[in-house]
Amino acid sequence: MKGKGISRELICVRASREVKEGMYVNLGLGIPTAIPNFVPEKLEVVFQSENGILGYGRVPQEEEEWDFDLLNASGQPTVLLPGACFFDSSLAFGMIRGGHIDLTFLGGFQVSEKGDLANWASSEQVRGGAGSIGGSMDLSFGSKRVIVVMEHVTKDGKLRILKECTLPLTAKGCVNTILTDLAVLEVTPEGLVLKEVAPGITSEEVQEVTEPRIIIDPLLREIGL
Amino acid sequence: MINKNFSLEEAVKDIFDGAVILIGGFGAAGTPHNLVEAISKGPAKDLTLVYNAFSQLLAWVTPTNVKKVISTFPVAALSSWKTGCLAEEIKAGKLEVELVPQGTFVERIRAGGAGIPAFFTPVGVGTIVEEGKRKSSFFGKEYLLEFAIKADFALIKADKADRWGNLTYRMAQRNFNPIMATAANVVIAEVDETVEVGELSPEVIVTPSIYVDRVVKVPKRVIRYGYHEVKD
Repeated sequence: MKGKGISRELICVRASREVKEGMYVNLGLGIPTAIPNFVPEKLEVVFQSENGILGYGRVPQEEEEWDFDLLNASGQPTVLLPGACFFDSSLAFGMIRGGHIDLTFLGGFQVSEKGDLANWASSEQVRGGAGSIGGSMDLSFGSKRVIVVMEHVTKDGKLRILKECTLPLTAKGCVNTILTDLAVLEVTPEGLVLKEVAPGITSEEVQEVTEPRIIIDPLLREIGL
Repeated sequence: MINKNFSLEEAVKDIFDGAVILIGGFGAAGTPHNLVEAISKGPAKDLTLVYNAFSQLLAWVTPTNVKKVISTFPVAALSSWKTGCLAEEIKAGKLEVELVPQGTFVERIRAGGAGIPAFFTPVGVGTIVEEGKRKSSFFGKEYLLEFAIKADFALIKADKADRWGNLTYRMAQRNFNPIMATAANVVIAEVDETVEVGELSPEVIVTPSIYVDRVVKVPKRVIRYGYHEVKD
């Protein structure tokens, strides 16, 4: 099944469909940072950045427009949208941990059947701080809804959706939805439910690269793009 | 007359061996690059540096006088990012490293400045972060006990300072700086512009002068950081 599945860009397009007007949304490192590029410009959505911004937008294409005092959570120069404001990191994380963020998109290394997330350490052994956590744990614990956006398997074909994560955890049971290049899955008390598949992909092919047994939604459809 | 203006050299002269130093900034924004460079050259050694991420240190300066770091993101996530910033020393286990989730990091510093010795947070329960920490349950949910951080020095970056040390910030420079300004015995602010007392409107001042001990005016340096290369 190599080479099938949707591109990173299309994953972001699908992810952007989850963003509704009036939502306050946080974006994690990795694939999610491109999501604002696909949210319709007339939709009033407020992106929160953990370093103390509400209301930032896309990364400017022209280097002349880059302001290195105005960075998003990935450290990229960004722009302010009307209605934006600044605040300090204490208020930023109060917003996050205090349950005020409606939706967070996070990258992932592994997600378990129960919605455990591992996305901060890529090696099983994290010796003496050789990993980096950043805001990932706070976002996982605090957001009202967490969508993990990642490739379904690693470049060497290792599975990422597992019965139990083997990498150091970010948080237990925090993931609501998993969005990959092959499928959209919901985490439920009964197990992972397959809701959508990429064009040309069957549910059997998704099961082949997913360790836990998937429940197939009777209304299974193609990823809406 | 209160005057907190210092030269760069004078401002860092009394940093002592074993000092605990807070460093503000997120990415290049709000990082006191001149102060970081000054302390990296010594002579004070066995320092404990408390900073959000590797981007608070400088790629072209490797502090050899550091014993311990307390950080949320000490090592770059992608191999395509620059090395340096103590990454090799950390990966080789040569430094003591305390890895802290960012929300806990800022709250520990806030608590240190606000007279709160310890607090509970849900963040980190069920992960490596909970190791060695006391856990308690409140209303059916588990929390970890975390302790305040209080430092000897804070190196912060602001946009404008008046003679009393009231500070304003530009764009996303704020991040950790206003919090770190509350939690150290000696707070040193690197600024682009100094103005006379009364020129900063009370409504725009973000860090009150009560917290600031030394103000260092430096020529504005645009540090173009990031995910491609470091350019000064």
